[in-house]
Amino acid sequence: MAGTLAEKVWEAHLVRRGTGGEPDLLYIDLHLVHEVTSPQAFEGLRLAGRPVRRPDLTIATEDHNTPTLDIDRPIADETSRTQIDTLRANAREFGIRLHSLGDADQGIVHQVGPQLGLTMPGLTVVCGDSHTSTHGAFGGLAFGIGTSEVEHVLATQTLPLQPFKTMAITVNGALPPGTTSKDIILAVIAKIGTGGGQGYVLEYRGEAIRKLSMEARMTICNMSIEAGARAGMIAPDETTFEYLKGRPHAPEGADWDAAVEYWKTLRSDDDAEFDAEVVLEAADLEPFVTWGTNPGQGLPISASVPVPADIADESERVAAERSLEYMGLEPGTPLRDVKVDTVFIGSCTNGRIEDLRSVAKVVQGRRKADDVRVLVVPASARVRLQAEAEGLDVIFKDFGAEWRNAGCSMCLGMNPDQLAPGERSASTSNRNFEGRQGKGGRTHLVSPLVAAATAIRGTLSSVADLDLAEDVDLTTFDGSPLDGVGAPPITETVVDLPMPVPAGAR
Amino acid sequence: MEKFTTHTGVGVPLRRSNVDTDQIIPAVYLKRVTRTGFEDALFAAWRGDPSFVLNQEAYSAGSVLVAGPDFGTGSSREHAVWALKDYGFRVVLSSRFADIFRGNSGKQGLLAGVVAQEDIEILWKVLETRPGTEVTVDLEARTATADDVTVPFQIDDYTRWRLMEGLDDIGLTLQHADDIAAFEETRASWRPKTLPAKHWPTETVEPARAVG
Repeated sequence: MAGTLAEKVWEAHLVRRGTGGEPDLLYIDLHLVHEVTSPQAFEGLRLAGRPVRRPDLTIATEDHNTPTLDIDRPIADETSRTQIDTLRANAREFGIRLHSLGDADQGIVHQVGPQLGLTMPGLTVVCGDSHTSTHGAFGGLAFGIGTSEVEHVLATQTLPLQPFKTMAITVNGALPPGTTSKDIILAVIAKIGTGGGQGYVLEYRGEAIRKLSMEARMTICNMSIEAGARAGMIAPDETTFEYLKGRPHAPEGADWDAAVEYWKTLRSDDDAEFDAEVVLEAADLEPFVTWGTNPGQGLPISASVPVPADIADESERVAAERSLEYMGLEPGTPLRDVKVDTVFIGSCTNGRIEDLRSVAKVVQGRRKADDVRVLVVPASARVRLQAEAEGLDVIFKDFGAEWRNAGCSMCLGMNPDQLAPGERSASTSNRNFEGRQGKGGRTHLVSPLVAAATAIRGTLSSVADLDLAEDVDLTTFDGSPLDGVGAPPITETVVDLPMPVPAGAR
Repeated sequence: MEKFTTHTGVGVPLRRSNVDTDQIIPAVYLKRVTRTGFEDALFAAWRGDPSFVLNQEAYSAGSVLVAGPDFGTGSSREHAVWALKDYGFRVVLSSRFADIFRGNSGKQGLLAGVVAQEDIEILWKVLETRPGTEVTVDLEARTATADDVTVPFQIDDYTRWRLMEGLDDIGLTLQHADDIAAFEETRASWRPKTLPAKHWPTETVEPARAVG
């Protein structure tokens, strides 16, 4: 029987098929852990006297709470410090590999997996974080889970799951200059709505998707959850293999060959049937920005703030009125006239090396608008080291931006990086919910290129608004692998990390 | 987990759609490391508003939340379910739930029942006309009754069975430990392992400092 990519991965992980309404039991290849959604899971294990079944399929990092300044000093916020200390104690107790603040492999959990080569095609990947959908860019089934599911995976390395429906999202053609994968996904969410993907695994396909670098694909899959979908996937291809090859945990030798042979079968069959399909023409896309308080409230940057009175559907009209009141926006204002206070460049959506490179290309040799605060927060410490090796940090500092240490930072404001009440941001992150970036903060979701142009002009802008030199190529970002900052190829296992000796590792 | 058959408690009409998990419990409360005590965090941004429904005396002891569509969207935080339970809610009714929220609810013994939007509107009318009206939720019959109005709700058979039996998920799965071990035997050698750890050479990460 012909199958979709999602169905193939599902079948390959079936431990036990459920009968009579009982869910299927699926094996989990990789479990990512961070400090926010894990403490109560470990507490549950301890209370039940259960061990972690597979510490060797589990990896933890500190990201949501970590400060992006003064990381060598004690964390000032007591509750943040407690969560991080709790993760460290749990990692020691249960034998989990942990990359702590200050470690070169610390960073946002969704950057750490791919960067280490742990995220591969054909895997099941879970994490107590909804943006786990990021890892689907490699052609695996990756989704966020709640804390009791975290406990379940720790204890059993499996999850009982009801099958998802499948939706194909086909993006034809080529992206116009100045648009990015972020604009594709914001356009998709604006089209199908924040509930449009509910119950589905989305598979992104088509010429425009194939042309994207690995990192750009991660941006798209990352935000699948903002359309309500459980996961997003892209079939693996040469771009995927190229990105993976030579990474610390990528298979080697015969294992690599066997893996690639299998990975090449991971595509939806030509006659596979999807439960739903959405088609977009990439050539029609413009840079997208959100104007409201959910990621589906987005428009091309050339548009104006919507006029609620013109919206026919009553619940949408009421929602728009509420959003505009919170956002402090006048209906009908051209989006390009909206002035921002802060530009945030970072997060698991757009904090990777190619995002930083694209921003650097735009801001090089310029100064930011006077009264705009610009934060650049790399997704991981490795990304930061790589950017520094390329001199991007100097470009950002000369531009007037703050160059920070890695973490989730202002994406959700669990650390000191927050918006003040009423403060307005252009943010490369993934959620513009009320209060997410700080109580009363107002968020416009944008691509890294729009963030860069906005930082220069002080109002929501695209690179088309700048007098960029003609030789600045903004159409391609190659997603060159993060090469370990000139490190030699991996020849042996390095075990000098500040991490526990695994008691039960096999 | 406590067994759930029927529950009767004050119904709370929450006339909002798209109540995301940041509204149910803001991220700042996620820093706690315990499993209980989140009642103060529930709808924290709205609790300061005297007109908010839970601030009205008739509804303050509510245990059946009747919400607008797309309840529980956004982040996967299970704290949203804990906060609702810690406050005293046993049931949430909505015409549409976010998948993760609905999954989390079932695991924690919070009943998330799907009710047609027109029936939600009828319940809202009853609860707003007579504040403090109790709603009886019968999981066996899959109905919710407020005064003389009875509406059906949907919940999948498996979650319903588990709620009625009060069964712990992990214990259920561990009954199949042999199947899991057998599956592990077949796992291809290219599939990743996090241990022993491999990584590029360690480098010093310079701490960023505040500017100006």
